[in-house]
Amino acid sequence: MLSIKDLHVYYGGIKALQGINLDVKEGEVVALIGANGAGKTTTLRSIFRLTPIVKGDIYFYEINLTKLPSYKIASLGIAHVPEGRRVFPNMTVKENLEMGAYLVKDKKVIEKNLEFVYNLFPRLKERQKQLAGTLSGGEQQMLAIGRALMSNARLLLLDEPSMGLAPLLVQEIFSVLKKINEEKITLLLVEQNANMAFSIAHRVYVMETGKIVLSGPTEEIANNEAVKKAYLGG
Amino acid sequence: MRRNLLTLTILILILFLSVLSKNLDPYIYQILVFFGINSILAVSLNLINGFTGQFSIGHAGFMAAGGYFSAALSVYQGEKLLNILSFLPKDLAQGAIFLVFLILGGLFSAILGLIIGIPTLRLKGDYLAIATLGFGEIIRVAILNLDVVGGPRGFPGIPKLTDITWVTFWAFIAVVVIYRIINSSHGRAIISIREDETASESMGINTTYYKVLAFSIGAFFAGIAGGLFAHYLMMLHPSSFTFMRSVEILLMIVLGGLGSITGSIFGAFILTVLPEALRGFAHLRLIIYSLTLIIMMLVRPSGLIGNREISFYRIFKFLRRKGIN
Repeated sequence: MLSIKDLHVYYGGIKALQGINLDVKEGEVVALIGANGAGKTTTLRSIFRLTPIVKGDIYFYEINLTKLPSYKIASLGIAHVPEGRRVFPNMTVKENLEMGAYLVKDKKVIEKNLEFVYNLFPRLKERQKQLAGTLSGGEQQMLAIGRALMSNARLLLLDEPSMGLAPLLVQEIFSVLKKINEEKITLLLVEQNANMAFSIAHRVYVMETGKIVLSGPTEEIANNEAVKKAYLGG
Repeated sequence: MRRNLLTLTILILILFLSVLSKNLDPYIYQILVFFGINSILAVSLNLINGFTGQFSIGHAGFMAAGGYFSAALSVYQGEKLLNILSFLPKDLAQGAIFLVFLILGGLFSAILGLIIGIPTLRLKGDYLAIATLGFGEIIRVAILNLDVVGGPRGFPGIPKLTDITWVTFWAFIAVVVIYRIINSSHGRAIISIREDETASESMGINTTYYKVLAFSIGAFFAGIAGGLFAHYLMMLHPSSFTFMRSVEILLMIVLGGLGSITGSIFGAFILTVLPEALRGFAHLRLIIYSLTLIIMMLVRPSGLIGNREISFYRIFKFLRRKGIN
Protein backbone atom coordinates (compact mmCIF):
# COMPACT_ATOMS: atom_id res chain seq x y z
CA MET A 1 0.00 0.00 0.00
CA LEU A 2 2.67 2.47 1.09
CA SER A 3 6.32 2.05 0.41
CA ILE A 4 9.15 4.40 1.22
CA LYS A 5 12.35 3.84 -0.75
CA ASP A 6 15.77 5.17 0.22
CA LEU A 7 14.42 8.41 1.69
CA HIS A 8 16.88 11.15 2.59
CA VAL A 9 15.77 14.35 4.33
CA TYR A 10 18.18 17.12 5.39
CA TYR A 11 17.34 20.16 7.50
CA GLY A 12 20.12 22.47 6.36
CA GLY A 13 23.28 20.60 7.31
CA ILE A 14 21.52 18.15 9.61
CA LYS A 15 20.85 14.79 8.02
CA ALA A 16 17.54 13.87 9.63
CA LEU A 17 16.87 10.80 7.51
CA GLN A 18 19.59 8.80 5.80
CA GLY A 19 18.05 6.20 3.53
CA ILE A 20 14.80 4.99 5.07
CA ASN A 21 13.08 1.93 3.59
CA LEU A 22 9.65 1.12 4.93
CA ASP A 23 6.59 -0.80 3.73
CA VAL A 24 3.01 -0.83 4.92
CA LYS A 25 0.61 -3.46 3.61
CA GLU A 26 -3.13 -3.09 3.43
CA GLY A 27 -4.96 -3.78 6.70
CA GLU A 28 -1.82 -3.68 8.83
CA VAL A 29 -0.89 -1.71 11.91
CA VAL A 30 2.74 -0.71 11.59
CA ALA A 31 4.56 0.98 14.45
CA LEU A 32 7.64 3.15 14.12
CA ILE A 33 9.47 3.47 17.41
CA GLY A 34 12.67 5.14 18.50
CA ALA A 35 14.14 7.74 20.81
CA ASN A 36 13.75 11.50 20.53
CA GLY A 37 15.29 12.90 17.38
CA ALA A 38 15.57 9.53 15.66
CA GLY A 39 13.52 10.82 12.72
CA LYS A 40 10.16 9.16 13.31
CA THR A 41 8.11 12.32 12.94
CA THR A 42 10.21 13.44 9.98
CA THR A 43 9.43 10.16 8.23
CA LEU A 44 5.73 10.63 8.80
CA ARG A 45 5.76 14.29 7.74
CA SER A 46 7.67 13.36 4.59
CA ILE A 47 4.73 11.27 3.41
CA PHE A 48 2.70 14.49 3.42
CA ARG A 49 5.55 16.40 1.81
CA LEU A 50 5.99 18.63 4.82
CA THR A 51 9.79 18.19 4.86
CA PRO A 52 12.59 19.00 2.40
CA ILE A 53 13.11 15.65 0.66
CA VAL A 54 16.60 15.43 -0.83
CA LYS A 55 16.46 11.98 -2.33
CA GLY A 56 14.21 8.95 -2.44
CA ASP A 57 10.64 8.05 -3.36
CA ILE A 58 7.42 7.42 -1.52
CA TYR A 59 4.81 5.32 -3.29
CA PHE A 60 1.14 5.01 -2.38
CA TYR A 61 0.11 2.09 -4.57
CA GLU A 62 1.55 3.26 -7.92
CA ILE A 63 1.50 7.00 -7.19
CA ASN A 64 4.76 8.73 -6.36
CA LEU A 65 3.88 11.11 -3.53
CA THR A 66 7.12 13.09 -3.78
CA LYS A 67 5.83 14.54 -7.07
CA LEU A 68 2.58 15.88 -5.57
CA PRO A 69 1.81 19.05 -3.56
CA SER A 70 0.73 18.41 0.05
CA TYR A 71 -2.93 19.26 -0.39
CA LYS A 72 -3.35 16.66 -3.17
CA ILE A 73 -2.12 13.84 -0.96
CA ALA A 74 -5.18 13.99 1.28
CA SER A 75 -7.39 13.35 -1.73
CA LEU A 76 -5.69 9.98 -2.32
CA GLY A 77 -7.07 8.56 0.92
CA ILE A 78 -4.25 9.28 3.35
CA ALA A 79 -5.02 11.18 6.53
CA HIS A 80 -2.57 12.66 9.00
CA VAL A 81 -3.08 13.02 12.74
CA PRO A 82 -0.27 15.48 13.44
CA GLU A 83 1.96 15.61 16.48
CA GLY A 84 0.47 17.81 19.20
CA ARG A 85 -3.02 17.27 17.76
CA ARG A 86 -3.39 20.62 15.98
CA VAL A 87 -7.16 20.91 16.11
CA PHE A 88 -8.70 24.20 14.92
CA PRO A 89 -9.11 25.91 18.33
CA ASN A 90 -11.77 28.49 17.47
CA MET A 91 -14.04 26.07 15.67
CA THR A 92 -16.52 23.81 17.39
CA VAL A 93 -15.97 20.07 17.63
CA LYS A 94 -18.50 19.49 14.88
CA GLU A 95 -16.95 22.12 12.63
CA ASN A 96 -13.55 20.50 13.13
CA LEU A 97 -14.98 17.17 12.05
CA GLU A 98 -16.62 18.78 9.05
CA MET A 99 -13.28 20.30 8.07
CA GLY A 100 -11.89 16.76 8.04
CA ALA A 101 -14.50 15.88 5.42
CA TYR A 102 -13.54 18.92 3.35
CA LEU A 103 -12.84 16.82 0.26
CA VAL A 104 -15.99 14.71 0.64
CA LYS A 105 -18.76 16.31 -1.37
CA ASP A 106 -21.53 13.79 -0.70
CA LYS A 107 -23.59 14.94 2.33
CA LYS A 108 -24.78 11.40 3.05
CA VAL A 109 -21.22 10.12 3.29
CA ILE A 110 -20.36 12.97 5.67
CA GLU A 111 -23.37 12.06 7.84
CA LYS A 112 -22.28 8.43 7.85
CA ASN A 113 -18.69 9.26 8.76
CA LEU A 114 -19.87 11.59 11.50
CA GLU A 115 -21.97 8.78 12.94
CA PHE A 116 -18.95 6.45 12.76
CA VAL A 117 -16.72 8.93 14.61
CA TYR A 118 -19.37 9.64 17.26
CA ASN A 119 -19.71 5.90 17.84
CA LEU A 120 -15.98 5.55 18.35
CA PHE A 121 -15.79 8.60 20.60
CA PRO A 122 -19.16 9.23 22.30
CA ARG A 123 -17.44 12.03 24.23
CA LEU A 124 -17.13 14.06 21.02
CA LYS A 125 -20.86 13.83 20.44
CA GLU A 126 -21.54 15.23 23.91
CA ARG A 127 -19.25 18.15 23.17
CA GLN A 128 -20.05 18.77 19.52
CA LYS A 129 -20.95 22.44 20.07
CA GLN A 130 -17.96 23.20 22.28
CA LEU A 131 -14.93 25.10 20.92
CA ALA A 132 -12.11 22.65 20.24
CA GLY A 133 -9.58 24.86 22.02
CA THR A 134 -11.44 24.34 25.30
CA LEU A 135 -11.27 20.53 25.19
CA SER A 136 -8.88 18.54 27.37
CA GLY A 137 -5.76 17.05 25.82
CA GLY A 138 -7.30 13.60 25.52
CA GLU A 139 -10.45 14.94 23.92
CA GLN A 140 -8.38 16.97 21.49
CA GLN A 141 -6.52 13.80 20.54
CA MET A 142 -9.84 12.03 19.97
CA LEU A 143 -10.96 14.98 17.87
CA ALA A 144 -7.77 14.92 15.80
CA ILE A 145 -8.24 11.20 15.12
CA GLY A 146 -11.94 11.69 14.40
CA ARG A 147 -11.18 14.55 12.04
CA ALA A 148 -8.74 12.36 10.11
CA LEU A 149 -11.34 9.58 9.85
CA MET A 150 -13.91 11.95 8.33
CA SER A 151 -12.06 12.00 5.02
CA ASN A 152 -12.75 8.34 4.09
CA ALA A 153 -9.03 7.68 4.50
CA ARG A 154 -7.73 4.15 3.95
CA LEU A 155 -4.38 4.94 5.51
CA LEU A 156 -4.09 6.81 8.78
CA LEU A 157 -0.77 8.31 9.84
CA LEU A 158 -0.65 8.86 13.59
CA ASP A 159 2.08 10.93 15.20
CA GLU A 160 2.47 10.14 18.91
CA PRO A 161 -1.19 9.74 19.86
CA SER A 162 -0.14 9.04 23.47
CA MET A 163 1.86 12.23 23.93
CA GLY A 164 1.04 14.14 27.10
CA LEU A 165 -1.97 11.99 28.02
CA ALA A 166 -2.83 10.20 31.25
CA PRO A 167 -2.22 6.41 31.13
CA LEU A 168 -5.92 5.65 31.30
CA LEU A 169 -6.65 7.88 28.32
CA VAL A 170 -3.76 6.34 26.39
CA GLN A 171 -5.37 2.92 26.84
CA GLU A 172 -8.70 4.28 25.69
CA ILE A 173 -7.16 5.82 22.58
CA PHE A 174 -5.32 2.64 21.70
CA SER A 175 -8.38 0.46 22.08
CA VAL A 176 -10.16 2.77 19.66
CA LEU A 177 -7.22 2.55 17.25
CA LYS A 178 -7.64 -1.21 17.32
CA LYS A 179 -11.32 -0.82 16.48
CA ILE A 180 -10.44 1.51 13.62
CA ASN A 181 -8.07 -1.10 12.22
CA GLU A 182 -10.85 -3.69 12.39
CA GLU A 183 -12.77 -1.42 9.98
CA LYS A 184 -10.08 -2.18 7.35
CA ILE A 185 -8.23 1.09 7.85
CA THR A 186 -4.47 0.74 7.74
CA LEU A 187 -2.47 2.48 10.44
CA LEU A 188 1.08 3.78 10.47
CA LEU A 189 1.87 4.75 14.03
CA VAL A 190 4.80 6.73 15.38
CA GLU A 191 5.26 6.19 19.11
CA GLN A 192 7.67 6.68 21.95
CA ASN A 193 5.51 4.54 24.19
CA ALA A 194 6.79 1.23 22.83
CA ASN A 195 4.68 -0.93 25.14
CA MET A 196 1.45 0.61 23.86
CA ALA A 197 2.63 0.46 20.26
CA PHE A 198 3.45 -3.25 20.59
CA SER A 199 -0.02 -3.94 21.99
CA ILE A 200 -1.69 -3.18 18.65
CA ALA A 201 1.03 -3.36 15.95
CA HIS A 202 1.49 -6.26 13.56
CA ARG A 203 4.95 -5.14 12.55
CA VAL A 204 7.49 -2.76 14.06
CA TYR A 205 10.34 -0.64 12.71
CA VAL A 206 12.95 0.66 15.12
CA MET A 207 14.72 3.91 14.25
CA GLU A 208 17.97 5.36 15.52
CA THR A 209 19.54 8.64 14.35
CA GLY A 210 17.98 8.77 10.93
CA LYS A 211 18.22 5.09 10.07
CA ILE A 212 16.08 2.01 10.52
CA VAL A 213 18.11 -0.38 12.65
CA LEU A 214 15.64 -3.19 13.14
CA SER A 215 12.35 -4.38 11.69
CA GLY A 216 10.11 -7.39 11.88
CA PRO A 217 6.91 -8.84 13.35
CA THR A 218 5.97 -7.44 16.74
CA GLU A 219 6.69 -10.63 18.78
CA GLU A 220 10.17 -10.86 17.32
CA ILE A 221 11.01 -7.22 18.03
CA ALA A 222 9.44 -7.31 21.49
CA ASN A 223 11.66 -10.25 22.42
CA ASN A 224 14.83 -8.69 21.08
CA GLU A 225 17.26 -8.16 23.95
CA ALA A 226 18.51 -4.76 22.78
CA VAL A 227 15.00 -3.45 22.27
CA LYS A 228 13.92 -4.74 25.66
CA LYS A 229 16.77 -2.89 27.27
CA ALA A 230 16.32 0.37 25.38
CA TYR A 231 12.55 0.73 25.09
CA LEU A 232 10.74 -1.66 27.40
CA GLY A 233 12.55 -0.90 30.65
CA GLY A 234 14.74 -4.01 30.90
CA MET B 1 -35.74 35.84 5.70
CA ARG B 2 -33.08 37.33 7.92
CA ARG B 3 -30.91 38.13 4.93
CA ASN B 4 -33.82 39.66 2.99
CA LEU B 5 -34.56 41.88 5.93
CA LEU B 6 -30.96 43.05 5.96
CA THR B 7 -30.93 43.74 2.21
CA LEU B 8 -34.17 45.68 2.47
CA THR B 9 -32.87 47.78 5.35
CA ILE B 10 -29.69 48.63 3.48
CA LEU B 11 -31.60 49.57 0.33
CA ILE B 12 -33.87 51.85 2.31
CA LEU B 13 -30.81 53.33 3.99
CA ILE B 14 -29.18 54.07 0.62
CA LEU B 15 -32.36 55.71 -0.65
CA PHE B 16 -32.76 57.64 2.56
CA LEU B 17 -29.18 58.88 2.45
CA SER B 18 -29.37 60.01 -1.16
CA VAL B 19 -32.48 62.06 -0.42
CA LEU B 20 -31.19 63.32 2.89
CA SER B 21 -27.75 64.19 1.56
CA LYS B 22 -29.17 67.16 -0.39
CA ASN B 23 -29.86 68.97 2.88
CA LEU B 24 -26.99 67.56 4.87
CA ASP B 25 -24.35 69.79 6.40
CA PRO B 26 -21.33 69.43 4.05
CA TYR B 27 -18.99 68.74 6.99
CA ILE B 28 -21.12 65.84 8.24
CA TYR B 29 -21.56 64.70 4.66
CA GLN B 30 -17.80 64.46 4.16
CA ILE B 31 -17.34 62.50 7.38
CA LEU B 32 -20.01 60.05 6.25
CA VAL B 33 -18.31 59.60 2.87
CA PHE B 34 -14.96 58.90 4.55
CA PHE B 35 -16.68 56.54 6.98
CA GLY B 36 -18.05 54.59 4.00
CA ILE B 37 -14.69 54.46 2.24
CA ASN B 38 -12.94 53.43 5.45
CA SER B 39 -15.53 50.70 5.98
CA ILE B 40 -14.71 49.20 2.59
CA LEU B 41 -10.99 49.33 3.41
CA ALA B 42 -11.45 47.82 6.86
CA VAL B 43 -13.77 45.01 5.77
CA SER B 44 -11.47 44.06 2.89
CA LEU B 45 -8.35 44.11 5.08
CA ASN B 46 -10.18 42.00 7.64
CA LEU B 47 -10.64 39.28 5.02
CA ILE B 48 -6.83 39.09 4.75
CA ASN B 49 -5.76 39.73 8.36
CA GLY B 50 -8.74 38.66 10.41
CA PHE B 51 -10.15 35.70 8.54
CA THR B 52 -7.19 34.28 6.64
CA GLY B 53 -4.77 35.24 9.42
CA GLN B 54 -2.15 36.68 7.06
CA PHE B 55 -0.65 39.80 8.56
CA SER B 56 -0.63 42.35 5.74
CA ILE B 57 0.11 46.04 6.14
CA GLY B 58 0.27 47.13 2.52
CA HIS B 59 -3.37 48.06 2.08
CA ALA B 60 -2.66 51.74 1.32
CA GLY B 61 -0.59 50.58 -1.66
CA PHE B 62 -3.54 48.73 -3.17
CA MET B 63 -5.80 51.68 -2.44
CA ALA B 64 -3.35 53.96 -4.26
CA ALA B 65 -3.02 51.61 -7.23
CA GLY B 66 -6.79 51.32 -7.74
CA GLY B 67 -7.38 55.01 -7.06
CA TYR B 68 -4.74 56.24 -9.50
CA PHE B 69 -5.75 53.73 -12.16
CA SER B 70 -9.43 54.66 -12.18
CA ALA B 71 -8.59 58.37 -11.84
CA ALA B 72 -6.27 58.18 -14.85
CA LEU B 73 -9.00 56.46 -16.85
CA SER B 74 -11.46 59.21 -15.89
CA VAL B 75 -9.06 62.00 -16.76
CA TYR B 76 -7.76 60.61 -20.06
CA GLN B 77 -10.68 58.53 -21.35
CA GLY B 78 -13.74 59.88 -19.55
CA GLU B 79 -14.61 62.66 -22.02
CA LYS B 80 -14.12 60.43 -25.03
CA LEU B 81 -16.40 57.71 -23.65
CA LEU B 82 -19.00 60.25 -22.65
CA ASN B 83 -19.14 61.47 -26.27
CA ILE B 84 -19.54 57.93 -27.55
CA LEU B 85 -22.41 57.34 -25.11
CA SER B 86 -24.06 60.69 -25.95
CA PHE B 87 -27.26 58.91 -27.03
CA LEU B 88 -27.88 58.04 -23.35
CA PRO B 89 -29.06 60.55 -20.74
CA LYS B 90 -25.94 62.27 -19.40
CA ASP B 91 -26.32 61.13 -15.77
CA LEU B 92 -26.80 57.52 -16.78
CA ALA B 93 -23.81 57.53 -19.14
CA GLN B 94 -21.63 59.20 -16.52
CA GLY B 95 -22.70 56.68 -13.89
CA ALA B 96 -22.08 53.69 -16.14
CA ILE B 97 -18.61 54.95 -17.08
CA PHE B 98 -17.77 55.61 -13.43
CA LEU B 99 -18.89 52.11 -12.47
CA VAL B 100 -16.73 50.52 -15.16
CA PHE B 101 -13.69 52.66 -14.27
CA LEU B 102 -14.04 51.83 -10.58
CA ILE B 103 -14.22 48.12 -11.35
CA LEU B 104 -11.20 48.38 -13.66
CA GLY B 105 -9.30 50.15 -10.87
CA GLY B 106 -10.29 47.36 -8.50
CA LEU B 107 -9.21 44.69 -10.97
CA PHE B 108 -5.89 46.45 -11.48
CA SER B 109 -5.34 46.31 -7.72
CA ALA B 110 -6.42 42.67 -7.60
CA ILE B 111 -3.90 41.74 -10.30
CA LEU B 112 -1.19 43.57 -8.36
CA GLY B 113 -2.35 41.66 -5.28
CA LEU B 114 -1.97 38.41 -7.20
CA ILE B 115 1.54 39.30 -8.39
CA ILE B 116 2.61 40.39 -4.91
CA GLY B 117 0.73 37.63 -3.12
CA ILE B 118 2.18 34.60 -4.90
CA PRO B 119 5.79 35.14 -3.75
CA THR B 120 5.13 36.83 -0.38
CA LEU B 121 2.36 34.64 1.03
CA ARG B 122 4.91 31.88 1.57
CA LEU B 123 6.17 34.05 4.40
CA LYS B 124 4.57 34.02 7.82
CA GLY B 125 3.77 36.53 10.55
CA ASP B 126 6.25 39.37 10.94
CA TYR B 127 8.09 38.49 7.73
CA LEU B 128 4.92 38.77 5.67
CA ALA B 129 4.10 42.07 7.37
CA ILE B 130 7.47 43.53 6.39
CA ALA B 131 7.21 42.22 2.83
CA THR B 132 3.73 43.69 2.29
CA LEU B 133 4.87 46.93 3.88
CA GLY B 134 7.73 47.02 1.37
CA PHE B 135 5.43 46.42 -1.56
CA GLY B 136 3.02 49.10 -0.41
CA GLU B 137 5.90 51.57 -0.36
CA ILE B 138 7.08 50.41 -3.81
CA ILE B 139 3.67 51.20 -5.27
CA ARG B 140 3.73 54.64 -3.69
CA VAL B 141 7.26 55.42 -4.86
CA ALA B 142 6.42 54.15 -8.36
CA ILE B 143 3.50 56.61 -8.50
CA LEU B 144 5.75 59.36 -7.19
CA ASN B 145 7.91 58.85 -10.27
CA LEU B 146 5.13 58.47 -12.83
CA ASP B 147 4.76 61.72 -14.71
CA VAL B 148 1.47 60.76 -16.42
CA VAL B 149 -0.29 60.93 -13.08
CA GLY B 150 1.53 64.03 -11.88
CA GLY B 151 4.26 62.36 -9.85
CA PRO B 152 5.15 64.37 -6.73
CA ARG B 153 2.99 67.34 -7.84
CA GLY B 154 -0.16 65.29 -7.34
CA PHE B 155 -2.84 64.36 -9.85
CA PRO B 156 -5.51 67.10 -10.22
CA GLY B 157 -8.56 67.44 -12.44
CA ILE B 158 -10.36 64.23 -11.50
CA PRO B 159 -14.10 64.67 -12.04
CA LYS B 160 -16.19 64.67 -8.87
CA LEU B 161 -18.36 61.60 -9.31
CA THR B 162 -18.38 60.01 -5.86
CA ASP B 163 -21.33 60.80 -3.66
CA ILE B 164 -22.73 59.16 -0.58
CA THR B 165 -24.98 56.87 -2.62
CA TRP B 166 -22.00 55.41 -4.49
CA VAL B 167 -20.05 54.93 -1.30
CA THR B 168 -22.94 53.23 0.50
CA PHE B 169 -23.55 51.04 -2.52
CA TRP B 170 -19.95 49.84 -2.63
CA ALA B 171 -19.71 49.39 1.13
CA PHE B 172 -22.81 47.23 0.85
CA ILE B 173 -21.30 45.18 -2.01
CA ALA B 174 -18.04 44.70 -0.09
CA VAL B 175 -19.85 43.51 3.03
CA VAL B 176 -22.16 41.15 1.14
CA VAL B 177 -19.39 39.63 -0.98
CA ILE B 178 -17.06 39.07 1.94
CA TYR B 179 -19.88 37.83 4.17
CA ARG B 180 -20.89 35.31 1.51
CA ILE B 181 -17.31 34.11 1.07
CA ILE B 182 -16.78 33.67 4.80
CA ASN B 183 -19.97 31.65 5.20
CA SER B 184 -19.30 29.31 2.31
CA SER B 185 -17.13 26.20 2.21
CA HIS B 186 -14.38 28.42 0.81
CA GLY B 187 -14.75 30.51 3.94
CA ARG B 188 -14.30 27.44 6.14
CA ALA B 189 -11.10 26.70 4.25
CA ILE B 190 -9.92 30.29 4.68
CA ILE B 191 -10.63 30.29 8.41
CA SER B 192 -8.95 26.92 8.89
CA ILE B 193 -5.76 28.46 7.46
CA ARG B 194 -5.87 31.05 10.23
CA GLU B 195 -6.53 28.36 12.83
CA ASP B 196 -3.74 26.00 11.78
CA GLU B 197 -2.12 26.11 8.39
CA THR B 198 -0.37 22.73 8.52
CA ALA B 199 -3.48 20.95 9.71
CA SER B 200 -5.61 22.57 7.03
CA GLU B 201 -3.16 21.44 4.37
CA SER B 202 -3.46 17.91 5.75
CA MET B 203 -7.22 18.18 5.27
CA GLY B 204 -6.57 18.62 1.55
CA ILE B 205 -6.99 22.38 1.40
CA ASN B 206 -4.86 24.19 -1.16
CA THR B 207 -3.66 26.82 1.30
CA THR B 208 -1.59 28.84 -1.19
CA TYR B 209 -4.60 29.17 -3.50
CA TYR B 210 -6.89 30.39 -0.73
CA LYS B 211 -4.34 32.80 0.70
CA VAL B 212 -3.73 34.38 -2.70
CA LEU B 213 -7.48 34.44 -3.38
CA ALA B 214 -8.24 36.26 -0.12
CA PHE B 215 -5.35 38.64 -0.74
CA SER B 216 -6.59 39.49 -4.25
CA ILE B 217 -10.20 40.01 -3.18
CA GLY B 218 -8.97 42.27 -0.38
CA ALA B 219 -6.84 44.20 -2.88
CA PHE B 220 -9.81 44.51 -5.26
CA PHE B 221 -11.95 46.28 -2.69
CA ALA B 222 -9.04 48.44 -1.56
CA GLY B 223 -8.74 49.52 -5.20
CA ILE B 224 -12.45 50.34 -5.33
CA ALA B 225 -12.10 52.38 -2.13
CA GLY B 226 -9.17 54.20 -3.70
CA GLY B 227 -11.26 55.01 -6.77
CA LEU B 228 -14.09 56.38 -4.64
CA PHE B 229 -11.59 58.41 -2.64
CA ALA B 230 -10.02 59.87 -5.83
CA HIS B 231 -13.35 60.85 -7.36
CA TYR B 232 -14.46 62.47 -4.15
CA LEU B 233 -11.40 64.64 -3.46
CA MET B 234 -10.87 65.38 -7.22
CA MET B 235 -7.13 65.33 -6.57
CA LEU B 236 -4.72 62.58 -5.59
CA HIS B 237 -1.33 62.86 -3.99
CA PRO B 238 1.11 60.04 -3.14
CA SER B 239 1.37 61.39 0.41
CA SER B 240 -2.20 60.18 1.06
CA PHE B 241 -1.00 56.60 0.73
CA THR B 242 1.93 56.35 3.07
CA PHE B 243 2.60 53.63 5.58
CA MET B 244 0.51 55.59 8.11
CA ARG B 245 -2.61 55.05 6.03
CA SER B 246 -2.05 51.28 6.11
CA VAL B 247 -1.58 51.45 9.86
CA GLU B 248 -4.79 53.43 10.21
CA ILE B 249 -6.76 50.72 8.38
CA LEU B 250 -5.07 48.06 10.48
CA LEU B 251 -6.06 49.98 13.62
CA MET B 252 -9.70 49.95 12.53
CA ILE B 253 -9.85 46.18 12.34
CA VAL B 254 -7.80 45.52 15.44
CA LEU B 255 -9.97 47.95 17.36
CA GLY B 256 -13.24 46.64 15.96
CA GLY B 257 -12.28 42.99 16.17
CA LEU B 258 -10.19 40.78 13.91
CA GLY B 259 -12.43 38.32 12.18
CA SER B 260 -15.64 40.33 12.51
CA ILE B 261 -17.27 42.20 9.64
CA THR B 262 -19.50 44.28 11.88
CA GLY B 263 -16.44 44.90 14.03
CA SER B 264 -14.55 46.35 11.06
CA ILE B 265 -17.37 48.76 10.31
CA PHE B 266 -17.53 49.73 13.95
CA GLY B 267 -13.78 50.32 14.00
CA ALA B 268 -13.98 52.36 10.80
CA PHE B 269 -16.71 54.48 12.34
CA ILE B 270 -14.79 55.20 15.53
CA LEU B 271 -11.51 55.99 13.79
CA THR B 272 -13.27 58.30 11.32
CA VAL B 273 -15.38 60.12 13.86
CA LEU B 274 -13.02 60.25 16.83
CA PRO B 275 -10.40 62.58 15.30
CA GLU B 276 -13.20 64.92 14.21
CA ALA B 277 -14.95 64.80 17.56
CA LEU B 278 -11.67 65.73 19.24
CA ARG B 279 -11.13 68.84 17.09
CA GLY B 280 -12.30 71.00 19.95
CA PHE B 281 -9.31 69.98 22.05
CA ALA B 282 -6.85 71.50 19.56
CA HIS B 283 -3.30 70.47 20.42
CA LEU B 284 -4.38 67.84 22.93
CA ARG B 285 -6.22 66.03 20.16
CA LEU B 286 -3.54 63.55 19.15
CA ILE B 287 -2.73 62.76 22.76
CA ILE B 288 -6.35 62.00 23.62
CA TYR B 289 -6.68 59.98 20.43
CA SER B 290 -3.66 57.84 21.25
CA LEU B 291 -4.70 57.43 24.87
CA THR B 292 -8.15 56.28 23.79
CA LEU B 293 -6.55 53.62 21.62
CA ILE B 294 -4.29 52.44 24.43
CA ILE B 295 -7.16 52.26 26.90
CA MET B 296 -9.38 50.41 24.45
CA MET B 297 -6.68 47.82 23.81
CA LEU B 298 -6.11 47.37 27.54
CA VAL B 299 -9.79 46.94 28.29
CA ARG B 300 -10.72 44.91 25.23
CA PRO B 301 -7.65 43.32 23.68
CA SER B 302 -9.72 41.21 21.29
CA GLY B 303 -11.35 44.32 19.83
CA LEU B 304 -14.69 45.88 20.62
CA ILE B 305 -16.66 43.04 19.11
CA GLY B 306 -14.06 40.26 19.10
CA ASN B 307 -14.66 37.77 16.33
CA ARG B 308 -18.42 37.72 16.67
CA GLU B 309 -20.98 39.40 14.45
CA ILE B 310 -23.87 41.64 15.37
CA SER B 311 -27.03 40.78 13.49
CA PHE B 312 -30.69 41.65 13.73
CA TYR B 313 -31.30 38.08 14.78
CA ARG B 314 -28.93 38.40 17.74
CA ILE B 315 -30.44 41.73 18.75
CA PHE B 316 -33.95 40.28 18.60
CA LYS B 317 -32.84 37.30 20.65
CA PHE B 318 -31.17 39.56 23.18
CA LEU B 319 -34.24 41.78 23.51
CA ARG B 320 -36.58 38.83 23.82
CA ARG B 321 -34.47 37.33 26.59
CA LYS B 322 -34.50 40.67 28.41
CA GLY B 323 -38.26 40.88 27.93
CA ILE B 324 -38.94 37.49 29.46
CA ASN B 325 -36.79 38.04 32.52
